[in-house]
Amino acid sequence: MTTIISIALSYLATVAFGILINIPRKALHSCGLVGAFGWAIYLAIKAITFGVMLANVCSAFAIGIGAMMAAQRHRMPMILFNIPSLVPLVPGGQAYRAVQNFALGNNDLAIEYLIQVTMIAAAIAMGFLVAEIIAQAYFKFWTKQKR
Amino acid sequence: MLNKNEMIVDTVLLAGKIMIESGSDMTRVHDTMERIARSAGVVDPRIFETTTGIVMSIPTKKTAEVQPVLSRSIDLEKVARVNAISRAFANKELSLKETHENLQALTLAVPVFSFRSQLLAAIVVGCTLSIMYGGYWGDLGATALASGLGFTIYSKINRHFRFRFGSEFIAAFTIAVTALLCVRSGFGKSLDMIIIAGLMPLVPGVPITNAVRDLLAGHILSGIARGIEALLVAAALGTGVAVIFRYL
Repeated sequence: MTTIISIALSYLATVAFGILINIPRKALHSCGLVGAFGWAIYLAIKAITFGVMLANVCSAFAIGIGAMMAAQRHRMPMILFNIPSLVPLVPGGQAYRAVQNFALGNNDLAIEYLIQVTMIAAAIAMGFLVAEIIAQAYFKFWTKQKR
Repeated sequence: MLNKNEMIVDTVLLAGKIMIESGSDMTRVHDTMERIARSAGVVDPRIFETTTGIVMSIPTKKTAEVQPVLSRSIDLEKVARVNAISRAFANKELSLKETHENLQALTLAVPVFSFRSQLLAAIVVGCTLSIMYGGYWGDLGATALASGLGFTIYSKINRHFRFRFGSEFIAAFTIAVTALLCVRSGFGKSLDMIIIAGLMPLVPGVPITNAVRDLLAGHILSGIARGIEALLVAAALGTGVAVIFRYL
């Protein structure tokens, strides 16, 4: 039940962030779907492996692929769809803990959290990279077919 | 009156400027500019773009121009529209003159969401993410208050002053103070969750994503510039929050 609520909320969160960065109205719904898809993958992988890193990689990958499909359907740039979808993955909690511990003088703990933030960011970038490669290969194949 | 080559360079630079100002990734900017130039009949357009400026030349005609890009904001609707216009031009649905006029019209007016709907969106982002991260349902009121206040201050400062990073700092400080007051008065339970969720609408999502995409695409200069921008915004948010920890 919490999972379903969480996925429904991720749709809302993505659409709302889309409004904040002013993406075209027509794209909002698809954007929310991509975001919910990404978050569902994140929750699923996290439940299976109990690891955050793999979940981030897979989720970023799913968002990249979803954004590619949405971009193709609407004939709009890909970043419209993957920026809002990415927001739930941002390691806000860890970044907050890092800041908190730096402010309180616990530098060791703070650096540990900072490393976690960096690793999660790298994991997301990694997932994106793989999705990007597939997207490029796919577009190349697809445009060749059309000619 | 401009001759044809000057008109081409003008149009291409205008398209690029709008896209960079609105927060597009560099690959798309480059592709769009090159598409316009090639569709206009330039065989070998030379275009160099960074987040702060564009240089374009047509080697065979000895024509070149520089276009500095001074301000950057986030408006992805404009990115989508410039993209659509460039495609229409490439498909010969628009003439060069019409393309130039359409682009110029774009710099003046593009539909934006009203402040009220943006504020509502900011509150929704904060509240939904707080539940998704495992916050208490009882904290929703405090989260809505914190994220709403933070976003209001952020956008008011941005509208009236040119104060990059300062607006983020003050907004984060407001959010932290609001959260602290809410927890002290018993209106909220988890200080951490309220602050984290309240900050989410201000997360620099566009610079982060673009930094990664630019770096991967080989636009090293732009990627580093965007990365630093994202880092500075994050640092401003962090400093704003850090101030209150002394008074816990």
